[in-house]
Amino acid sequence: MPKPEQKQARRDEKVRENPEQIENKRDIVEKGNAIKEDIDKLLDEIDELLEDSEEFVENYIQRGGE
Amino acid sequence: MALIKAMGIETEYGIAVRHAADFDPVAASTMVVNSYKGRDPRRSATWNYEEESPLMDARGFMSEVVNPDAGADDEAAPAVNDILTNGGRYYVDHAHPEYCTPECSNARDLVIYDKAGELILEMSCRLAEQMLEEPRELAIYKNNSDGKGHSYGCHENYLVDRKTPFQSIVDGFTPFLVTRQVFAGAGKVGAENGGAHADFQIAQRSDFFETEVGLSTMVDRPIINTRDEPHADEKLYRRFHVIVGDANMSEFATYLKAGTAAITLQMIEDGLIRDQFKMREPVSAMRAVSRDLDFERDYAMEHMRRLSAIDIQRRYQRLAEQYVVDRRNVDQRHEVNADVVRQWGNTLDLLESDASQLDRRLDWVIKRSWLTAYRDRYDLEWTNHRMRMLDLQYHDIRPRAGIFYRLQKAGRIDRIISQEEAIHAISNPPLDTRAYFRGTCLKRFPEAVHAASWNSLIFDTNERDLRMIPMLHPLRGTRTMVGEMLQQSETPTQLLEYIESKSKVNP
Repeated sequence: MPKPEQKQARRDEKVRENPEQIENKRDIVEKGNAIKEDIDKLLDEIDELLEDSEEFVENYIQRGGE
Repeated sequence: MALIKAMGIETEYGIAVRHAADFDPVAASTMVVNSYKGRDPRRSATWNYEEESPLMDARGFMSEVVNPDAGADDEAAPAVNDILTNGGRYYVDHAHPEYCTPECSNARDLVIYDKAGELILEMSCRLAEQMLEEPRELAIYKNNSDGKGHSYGCHENYLVDRKTPFQSIVDGFTPFLVTRQVFAGAGKVGAENGGAHADFQIAQRSDFFETEVGLSTMVDRPIINTRDEPHADEKLYRRFHVIVGDANMSEFATYLKAGTAAITLQMIEDGLIRDQFKMREPVSAMRAVSRDLDFERDYAMEHMRRLSAIDIQRRYQRLAEQYVVDRRNVDQRHEVNADVVRQWGNTLDLLESDASQLDRRLDWVIKRSWLTAYRDRYDLEWTNHRMRMLDLQYHDIRPRAGIFYRLQKAGRIDRIISQEEAIHAISNPPLDTRAYFRGTCLKRFPEAVHAASWNSLIFDTNERDLRMIPMLHPLRGTRTMVGEMLQQSETPTQLLEYIESKSKVNP
């Protein structure tokens, strides 16, 4: 039989999340943000690689294949 | 019993000079290949285009006296040709630099030698660029289309038993090729060559195929190419030439593309696949599959109910599952085939459930996911020049400028080989095909190899007549068969004497 204090603790769990769960959620959010930052950084890099694209793409013509 | 599939890939690379008003692609390609060739002036062999007469053969070799002009000063020979110590070939083909891998015995080795080719092109590019004035720079693309209706090829070659009726390849292989693009496509923004509208499609090449069977590679392209130039003993072998494929940046895509094709051809040779998967309209299906990003369409079959592209692939894959088990004691590199079939099944499952999970593995999925992220960021139309540039720049083989390589560096691409393996393969041949003999001779005796082709080497030792060593069997000339002989020969003359003595003993 659980003692009353423990019951109380269980009830609290339902209302508030225990520290471990909060930590997990924070981890997931942080990971999500990190992934987003990562992707943003790569999109910035891609951006730099695409400079002068309008002219270059128009002029990229490859004849005489195969 | 089906032959082990000796295989190779020939890739024509796109080439451009940036920040230049105009440039001559032939001159630029020549500069690129020459820059690389110039690194080792001892290696001066020309490419021998002469048709070889059938010769008697002993252990895959026999020597005979040849015309001293053979291979040299051939008018048809392009000015630039480098026969590599890895057993491959690097040359200017029309207006492109082209790299052919050496013959490989399995899909994993093929990936290694295909990647070595990219490294060779990249090195060439850096060397050639030193001859350009700032701010001009050379860019080299491993893709298949300029987005304006001009396509250039990435052709595969597979060793097939001459006894296999060609019609059974046409019947059995066409549906495989039409649907293989679901994992082998390199992705493309837009449509070309009169193809129906597409924002984005799975394959670069599918718009360019207009007929089912034929000889041409440049106009009216066929799904099944009938070129019959075996570069080996024509009584025993066929070199089956596949021209529908895209050049892949992803190692995994190249691996699956060639590995599944090789096993499928084996199943055709063994009569397991005949015409049961024959499609009613393969040419129109080719374009439709490339545009069906969610695999919702199905296609009319000759002998069964309509099937989706994934279903057709799955039927081949299921047959292959048992087939590779049955062959486990025949194929030296059985573990590669077993892995190919496993990955083939996994990939089809993932494509059907959620293709985006393959955004580290398949070129078209990787490219689509980054195009989509970029498009969302700036709210762009698919036709926007930056979207088209991202498509092109994905294939730039320079590590700093190429988007695929930036993603790989950022840890967002799954690799199947190591960088060390690719670097080693730049100058060392595979061990288990005739490329071993070719590459090792070029490495050991660069000055003595006067001319080379896929199926012969011509030696000039300055001591006697030119000697031709035929290599009519792609799976001989291996380290096991000739390694000791090459190691014991201190001079090319000794090597030739050794081969001749063996020929006499074992005619």
